[in-house]
Amino acid sequence: MSTPKIELRDVHKTFGSNRVLRGVNLSIAPSESMVIIGGSGTGKSVTIKSVLGLVKPDKGMVLVDGKDVRKQKREPLLDKFGMLFQGGALFDSLRVWENVAFRVLRSKSTDECRELAIEKLRRVGLGPDTADRFPAELSGGMQKRVGLARAIATSPEIIFFDEPTTGLDPIMSDVINDLIRELVVELKCTAMTITHDMTSVRKIADKVAMLHEGVIQWTGPVGDLDTCGNAYVDQFIHGRADGPIEALR
Amino acid sequence: MAALSALHGFIAGIGAAVLGLCQSIGAVTLFAIKGVLAILVPPWYFRELLRQIMKIGFYSLPVVGLTAVATGGVLALQIFIGGSRFNAESVVASIVAIGMVRELGPVLGGLVVAGRVSAAIAAEIGTMRVTEQIDALTTLSTNPFKYLVAPRLVAGVLTMPILVAVADIIGIMGGYLVGVNRLGFNGATYLRNTMDFLTFGDVASGLMKAAVFGFIITLMGCFHGYNSGRGAQGVGRATTNAVVSAMVLILAFDYLLTELFFST
Repeated sequence: MSTPKIELRDVHKTFGSNRVLRGVNLSIAPSESMVIIGGSGTGKSVTIKSVLGLVKPDKGMVLVDGKDVRKQKREPLLDKFGMLFQGGALFDSLRVWENVAFRVLRSKSTDECRELAIEKLRRVGLGPDTADRFPAELSGGMQKRVGLARAIATSPEIIFFDEPTTGLDPIMSDVINDLIRELVVELKCTAMTITHDMTSVRKIADKVAMLHEGVIQWTGPVGDLDTCGNAYVDQFIHGRADGPIEALR
Repeated sequence: MAALSALHGFIAGIGAAVLGLCQSIGAVTLFAIKGVLAILVPPWYFRELLRQIMKIGFYSLPVVGLTAVATGGVLALQIFIGGSRFNAESVVASIVAIGMVRELGPVLGGLVVAGRVSAAIAAEIGTMRVTEQIDALTTLSTNPFKYLVAPRLVAGVLTMPILVAVADIIGIMGGYLVGVNRLGFNGATYLRNTMDFLTFGDVASGLMKAAVFGFIITLMGCFHGYNSGRGAQGVGRATTNAVVSAMVLILAFDYLLTELFFST
């Protein structure tokens, strides 16, 4: 069995009195697309941020390529990652092409950066006319595409998608889902997505993990999602108010 | 018993306030040290530095200039009125010059720039925090301290002395205009009195104060923006705190620096 690309071992994280992660164990194989599902505030974003080092776990270990992230140099480690943020997180003061090519702005000439950005924009379905605009001049869907272009700009080994379809209409959501799936296959990268959107889950995922009360309640292939028999998964995918997941009324 | 309980609550309140103050001072100091280290160690973002020099320095010129010309003019009038009580009207030019260069140029310039720049920096960085742009910088292998904080600190330290030098000149010219056109001074005599009484030490100490104020203004903007709370309310509070703390620190450091420069 090959070394997992990403592995979380007994990861704990508490903010004040709120125990967000209570022992997360998760393993993602190379080139696998893992989707983490779970209700709001269950720690999905904290899980991703723990892998990236944006949040330091109180206990447990995060391994990338079998090595503890705390013992790896930060910049070479982060060079392996691309990330699409929920709100896009595009830099307001920079033009679209500068956002897309941000990681290589200091190492390549302006012309090379522009060329790279336009190529990546084309890959996500945006024309070269978008390159010189500012993020505030774009629609939500276009901003997501630019975020996606930035995430894939340097062909990273691992891409994280944080709620990739939030705030988009169903048609645009489907377009983004298709794009994500195509790019993950094309780049042969490992993907980790967090979402509530079950349509996204079925389109993007190879495997699914259900996070609730700070632990992974179930993990398995996306094909087993409907028949896994796990009460948490069952309640979540059918969107029922009644079940083991308590819903505030 | 009730009185004892109230006293206990009062002392506990004072203790909590002192602890909070110590915690804030510690957090700002650590932030400043990280900011200075980010300035000293490469990579350096020169394009970002140029952008900040334009935003902090060049675009502050109109408001600083307006403040300086008004202050110089008012100062000339006040000194003339006060001086006439003991036949010392002739000191108007020299006191306007010394007052502007030593004190009013740096302090009023600092307070005006604090209102404009600290607020803008805190709002910009705070919004970046809220919209995950700072997290995005990190995931793009870019240290936010080097990209966001260091260029602003350097721009503040470099541009404030230039702004204050311009404010000094405009302030003295304001005094000259009022002195010559309103109070009837001879133009050449007014200028000679200005130059005769100003020393290099007066100018240098004012510019050094300005550099310190530039650091304080940008540091407070960056600190409060970087540690901004969530949502519009969090950014709003960060902006207010940045301006208030920058102004208070400018006044406190003005006294300390004046003691340092002139009491020895």
